[in-house]
Amino acid sequence: MSEPGIQYPETDDEVARIVSEACANRRPIEIRGGGTKRGYGRPLQVASALSVEKLSGITNYDPSELVMAARAGTPLEEIEAALALNKQMLTFEPMDHRPLLGASGVPTIGGVFAGNISGPRRISAGAARDSLLGVRFVNGSGEIIKSGGRVMKNVTGLDLVKLMAGSWGTLGVLCEVIFKVLPRPETMATIVVKGLNDAQAAEAMAAAMGMSVEVSGAAHLPESVVHKIADGALKGGPATVLRLEGLEPSVAVRRERLVEEMHRRGEVSVLDADATTSVWRDIRDVKPFAGASAGVSVKPVWRVSVAPSAGHQLVAALRLKTGVDAFFDWQGGLVWLQMEADPEADLVRKYIKALGGGHATLVRADAATRAAVPVFEPQPAALEALTKRIKEQFDPRAILNPGRMSSAV
Amino acid sequence: MTDLIAFLEPSRSVIDRRPTIIADLAELLPEGCLITEERELVPFDTDAFVSYRRMPLAVVLPETTAQVAAVMKYCNDNAIPVIPRGAGTSLSGGAIPQEDAVVIGVSKMNQIVEVDYPNRTAVVQAGVTNISISQSVDADGFFYAPDPSSQLACTIGGNIGMNSGGAHCLKYGVTTNNLLGVKMVMFDGSIVEIGGKALDSAGYDLLGLICGSEGQLGIVTEATVRLLAKPEGARPVLFGFESSVAAGACVTEIIGSGIIPVAIEFMDKPAIEICEAFAQAGYPMDVEALLIVEVEGSDAEMDAMLARIIEIARKHAVKTIKESQSATEAALIWKGRKSAFGATGRIADYICMDGTVPLGQLSHVLEKTSEIIDHYGLRVANVFHAGDGNMHPLILFDANDPEESMKAEMAGNDILKLCVDAGGCLTGEHGVGIEKRDLMRHQYTDADLAQQMRVRAAFDPQWILNPSKVFPLERRNGSQPGDPVPDAAAAPGKTAA
Ligand SMILES: Cc1cc2nc3c(=O)[nH]c(=O)nc-3n(C[C@H](O)[C@H](O)[C@H](O)COP(=O)(O)OP(=O)(O)OC[C@H]3O[C@@H](n4cnc5c(N)ncnc54)[C@H](O)[C@@H]3O)c2cc1C
Ligand SMILES: Cc1cc2nc3c(=O)[nH]c(=O)nc-3n(C[C@H](O)[C@H](O)[C@H](O)COP(=O)(O)OP(=O)(O)OC[C@H]3O[C@@H](n4cnc5c(N)ncnc54)[C@H](O)[C@@H]3O)c2cc1C
Repeated sequence: MSEPGIQYPETDDEVARIVSEACANRRPIEIRGGGTKRGYGRPLQVASALSVEKLSGITNYDPSELVMAARAGTPLEEIEAALALNKQMLTFEPMDHRPLLGASGVPTIGGVFAGNISGPRRISAGAARDSLLGVRFVNGSGEIIKSGGRVMKNVTGLDLVKLMAGSWGTLGVLCEVIFKVLPRPETMATIVVKGLNDAQAAEAMAAAMGMSVEVSGAAHLPESVVHKIADGALKGGPATVLRLEGLEPSVAVRRERLVEEMHRRGEVSVLDADATTSVWRDIRDVKPFAGASAGVSVKPVWRVSVAPSAGHQLVAALRLKTGVDAFFDWQGGLVWLQMEADPEADLVRKYIKALGGGHATLVRADAATRAAVPVFEPQPAALEALTKRIKEQFDPRAILNPGRMSSAV
Repeated sequence: MTDLIAFLEPSRSVIDRRPTIIADLAELLPEGCLITEERELVPFDTDAFVSYRRMPLAVVLPETTAQVAAVMKYCNDNAIPVIPRGAGTSLSGGAIPQEDAVVIGVSKMNQIVEVDYPNRTAVVQAGVTNISISQSVDADGFFYAPDPSSQLACTIGGNIGMNSGGAHCLKYGVTTNNLLGVKMVMFDGSIVEIGGKALDSAGYDLLGLICGSEGQLGIVTEATVRLLAKPEGARPVLFGFESSVAAGACVTEIIGSGIIPVAIEFMDKPAIEICEAFAQAGYPMDVEALLIVEVEGSDAEMDAMLARIIEIARKHAVKTIKESQSATEAALIWKGRKSAFGATGRIADYICMDGTVPLGQLSHVLEKTSEIIDHYGLRVANVFHAGDGNMHPLILFDANDPEESMKAEMAGNDILKLCVDAGGCLTGEHGVGIEKRDLMRHQYTDADLAQQMRVRAAFDPQWILNPSKVFPLERRNGSQPGDPVPDAAAAPGKTAA
């Protein structure tokens, strides 16, 4: 299903040739994975695109080494299916943006790493960037560069692998990614504490994370969103949810200890493994704010990352000024905000600063808003200058996704 | 002493200006923060890679970020190389100075600025030792996870410089996975803050780039690190195997079965003998390889996990199984392992290599390593973090015998190349420093290296931060292999002196 103006390279060398030509002609190109978010973020002004759709397939997977290598265009579903066959998983639990964005398309493993997309387990197991061990990419001059490898520990030179994660295709076209995987937990359970307000929930989550029970997910679902999770399984007052994962005997012991501790704070119940799966999938995919289908105007959604104890304070402050609905993952540190009408960028960012720092990304908004509001957090001048210098070292003619992250890169 | 590794020719123009430079530095710093007497400079002339040393021009030990910034700006304005230094425990020569350089040491910046339990973070100055972070939060049930064996001495700044790991990083990751933010002085003296208490930060992952950059991108003065809740208990079990191959297969099966222990340490026969003779840990002497597998949790959890692990070991014809029944026994099992470096040092001089290989290649690399060692007529003891494929062959030799010293270095290089050829890398935790600088071309193509060097230049256009480390000397400033080595002071982009 090729579209005019889009090139579909099948090998790294072809990627390199296409980028070299674009570089020589100073013709910017859009880098496309599955395109699950095309039409979101800062609009690109480009004449042509490079799709990695045909750079597809798992290239190396030895379950006993806990490492997988795949070409960047490999659909995430294919990766997850291969892992599931071996009772393994991606540690960082990448979210599926399609419900939120009302988009179709096939999320790719390259797109996941290019966006450093991490879900609830980020709080215990690290982000996508922490799992990424090696990359091969084509820089903006058309050179094939590799960094990292198939090993868990590597301090050989500068860690370009981390830099590529979360660079949104502005530094290079990822051709192959190598990443760490983990055994799937044998079992799971979720402790549900009912009736806590946002501040009490933040405290309860901090207490749980401070215990030695290894909570692998900590989220708070206020009254306004709770009925939209897992088909209403948690409805009836706000719910604070704490996930345990691991071997059967471990989860049994830890569940008991955690229930005992949480009992003092509210009404406690426990969800089994199946219910746990659906609750956390919906939290991961921001189900409460799921959008209408493409084209229909929807309320703006922010993704905010702050210190866990600051999340509920941010929401409380915003509520005094504007209409906002919110829920919390990462112990309160990942705040999903759905604004009533106006995205209120200045207000959101002002409060984040006042609460000790962090950042906000406008994940969903109409085109006019996205053109007017910085989608990604603007950087302080010194970092902005550094960011520009780094971009120049990878993509001297600014042909890769120009303007995707900010007007500078 | 052998001299396989070249140093940059020191810049005459800098050395000739020494009196002025010292006078200027004295203006920038309070009393007691500037070292210029030869006798007092000696402790800074090398790090733990002791076969190479160079006297620095001067050493400064600032007390504040602002002082670091002032010195850095001065050095950049005057094209004076700068060597960032923590405790100087680098094993790859990462903190070794050069005659025309000012060492900026962070050892006086050793305060724990803030501990925040609800967010499980600590803000610490760069000169804080690794262990003191854990010590300061221990009573409250928390710890800082990365635990290099040098943790009594090494600083968090050095840990960030080297992205250090330790025995427990199989489960908890290395420094980069436990670092949330830094305050850093850039080449021109500007101060930037990257990250903080949030779990991720905006823009490019500069934190990921800085961690492990070996003092090439800036001087870290403060760090925000993650604290974790301490597990209820920890218990090691010791296994003795008939062969290294069996031990290696056991490691892959444990991990493949879904159990991630906190540590899996491997020792071969020579290492067992050396450590047992020193520590009397009760290690079995009739085996070829030994694994120490540690699990964590409540008693019930540990019992369950150990039962599964022992079942797997039995499938690999394990000869000895020692389950620790008490804290004393557990300590003894670890004592043998932890004294490996010290014990080896008592019987011979040694160099500790640090290559990483994919898990499936462990047996192959061990076998080839002994072939290489035999070829040079040397001895080797292997102790390493098997769970993540980080090998530490200790090559034994006599430092008083120049020929043997040379052979040891050559054998080490061959082993590192072997790791790379097996799909691994030159260094898993000790860094490139000067030691592996010239091997970089074995792992990277010219294009790969040039890309890294251009990124470096984005942070340090004059190339004055730790200039003779990590990258092959002849690749400086876009020159080609074989081109003459440019003088640091004559580098392009130099500002007026
Ligand atoms: C502005 C914006 C903000 C977003 N914010 C968030 C967020 O905060 N959190 C979140 O979890 N998700 C966010 N998303 C959604 C996320 O992009 C998708 O869910 C998923 O990562 C996309 O996978 P894909 O294969 O469809 O990639 P695409 O949608 O095709 O591409 C995603 C990005 O990665 C780049 N890219 C894709 N493939 C490659 C490659 N092989 N090499 C280099 N670059 C490549 C693209 O150019 C694009 O910038 C955001 C999306 C946008 C546009
Ligand atoms: C006995 C022994 C055991 C060891 N065991 C381990 C181990 O298990 N795991 C492991 O990973 N390492 C180990 N090491 C190596 C060493 O301890 C680590 O590399 C450590 O992180 C170095 O810390 P340091 O404070 O001594 O730094 P230094 O040696 O002073 O410096 C190390 C590097 O970091 C740079 N640097 C130092 N401070 C800063 C700063 N503030 N800002 C920017 N750059 C800076 C330096 O320029 C240099 O390149 C061991 C060393 C010894 C001697």
